[in-house]
Amino acid sequence: MTMLQGFQIALHALRLNPLRSFLTMLGIVIGVASIVTVFAIGAGAQLRLQEQIRSIGANVLMITPGAVYQGGVRLKDGSKLTMTESDVQAILEQIPEIQAAAGSIAGTAQVIHEGKNWNTTINGTTTGHFMVRDWQLSSGRYFSSAEEAAAGKVVILGSTVARELFAPDADPIGAQIRIMKVPLEVVGVLDRKGPAQDDVAFVPLTTAKLRFLGSASNINRDSVAYIIAKVAADGQMAGARSEIEGLLRQRHRVPAGQEDDFKVQDPAAAMEAQQGAIRTVALLLVAIASVSLLVGGISIMNVMIVSVTERTREIGIRRALGGRMRDIRLQFLCEALVLCLLGGAIGVLSGVTLSMTVARMAGWITSIDSEAIALALAFSIATGLIFGFYPAHKASKLSPIEALKTE
Amino acid sequence: MTATLPLISLRSVGRTYRTDGIAVTAVRNVSFDVDQGEILAVMGPSGSGKSTLMNMIGLLDLPSEGAIYLEGTNVADLSEDRRSTLRARSIGFVFQSYNLLARHNAIENVALPLVYCGVGHKERLGRAEQSLEAVGMLHRAHHFPRQLSGGEQQRVAIARALIASPLIILADEPTGALDSRTGAEILALFAALNQTGQTIVMITHDPGIATQCRRTIHLHDGELVGDETQIPLIPKRSVAS
Ligand SMILES: Nc1ncnc2c1ncn2[C@@H]1O[C@H](COP(=O)(O)OP(=O)(O)OP(=O)(O)O)[C@@H](O)[C@H]1O
Ligand SMILES: [Mg+2]
Repeated sequence: MTMLQGFQIALHALRLNPLRSFLTMLGIVIGVASIVTVFAIGAGAQLRLQEQIRSIGANVLMITPGAVYQGGVRLKDGSKLTMTESDVQAILEQIPEIQAAAGSIAGTAQVIHEGKNWNTTINGTTTGHFMVRDWQLSSGRYFSSAEEAAAGKVVILGSTVARELFAPDADPIGAQIRIMKVPLEVVGVLDRKGPAQDDVAFVPLTTAKLRFLGSASNINRDSVAYIIAKVAADGQMAGARSEIEGLLRQRHRVPAGQEDDFKVQDPAAAMEAQQGAIRTVALLLVAIASVSLLVGGISIMNVMIVSVTERTREIGIRRALGGRMRDIRLQFLCEALVLCLLGGAIGVLSGVTLSMTVARMAGWITSIDSEAIALALAFSIATGLIFGFYPAHKASKLSPIEALKTE
Repeated sequence: MTATLPLISLRSVGRTYRTDGIAVTAVRNVSFDVDQGEILAVMGPSGSGKSTLMNMIGLLDLPSEGAIYLEGTNVADLSEDRRSTLRARSIGFVFQSYNLLARHNAIENVALPLVYCGVGHKERLGRAEQSLEAVGMLHRAHHFPRQLSGGEQQRVAIARALIASPLIILADEPTGALDSRTGAEILALFAALNQTGQTIVMITHDPGIATQCRRTIHLHDGELVGDETQIPLIPKRSVAS
């Protein structure tokens, strides 16, 4: 008897009892579907983080507001803008490892161009921002010093905003758009950096303060929401960081023993740590899903043992008609394999569907790679072989005479 | 006549079952030959060892004493796999309870032994049709066992036993579950097959049936107590006295 005949017999037997066959393979279906989904979501989360790490740029430090004390009461981090443009200037001038630095303030607003309308992040900053992030232009230019000094009515668009406001063949450079009723000229469009990064419009820091936040009373004219700074080399990150901390403590007159009113962070390192955490969680989830595969295998073994008992007479007949022990073993092994493969295939399909649904509904990025699918299918074949072997072996060992006597 | 090797030779064959230390001897010291083309009835009371003997001739079981030779080969010298393959190619079983696979239709049942002979799907079905034709059941090829009467099921079982052109057909009370008229029809089918040269060994309780076979063997308590060749009802040739 050949493998092919074994599979034909197996399919015939399984078709006779479709509900039972389906219930038997349900454990495998669920196990494989969870493995595929966990892999897809885990890989998606990794991709997203990697993209974020890339988009920040290499060797970047980020300085954000920290604890603020008012009358002895510690306020929430970031509740007051403690950084200033002079801090940026001091960092640039006094810390040799810093190549570029820029302060930013940001908010969201509608951008309008000829009836097209898009809600996006407005970031007020200086050209240094693009230097820190290694962010090139796809067309146009950065802000001029004159524009930065005199609150020029100019804007640089992220590629998503450019796509949403302009027809594919139109050149945005030189066009007029409006943000909060202020007409601005588009002077540049940025390269793509990633879906989460490209949805932004940059204006000079002075423009943002004067024209958009002018009336906000809680804002010091000099203050910025955060500062980003580029360190010259990878090995200088720690040194640059402590130098910035020292400089800012001095400038902000933080008394000894009190918490800083700012925080210096290395976002890439933080995200890499996060990436490790995601990997750990994904592995844990795969381990849990594997348990379901194990349970699925046990359920297949259980049903196969019952099936061998039920079909003892059939086994006796097949042996009397010339079936060898190995033919009987192959027949039942094929049945277990078909159950597992079918369960695995259904599991892969449901896993792919599930992760695509999750991606659409939760807005997560998922990534289905063929390796995960191959791995899941290999797992189910292994399950079939491992848990199908004992019942198949048991069937092959039956004495044909005894088997023929059973009812 | 040239002395040809008998198809089957039994030499002092015995079979003892041992369960929980208790030994039951089902067959003891049985010797006889079966020649090519014979039709042989095996008679004896219940428990006299007929089925045990037939299982050994059919390579489903081995003697615990003595030896069985199939075309000169001691079957005990063959491997388990080889005996299985010989069952597929050289032995055709017919059982009292038909033993068709309930979930397969007639033609699939008939073709089954050829699966274990390594014959391809198309040829299997072609030969199964011929075999069904030979027992007059071709028109029921796609019916399932439960849709057939006992006599019809037994015809399908005989077609299955015939399909690989076996050296011998072994039938254990093939008419035992049938009424006398249907039984007679099945018997006529066996007689017709024997006319074409098919060797048949048939266990029966019915002396009427035994008398239609040229030779009858009698077992009692596992021992051979009679081996007689009688004048058949339809004599083919006179028996020398
Ligand atoms: N597996 C076994 N273990 C122990 N004893 C057995 C076994 N099989 C058969 N026997 C015994 O061997 C003896 C012969 O049994 P066998 O089935 O050959 O009889 P039989 O002539 O075919 O009877 P029947 O006409 O009722 O079918 C009986 O006493 C039976 O109890
Ligand atoms: Mg019997």
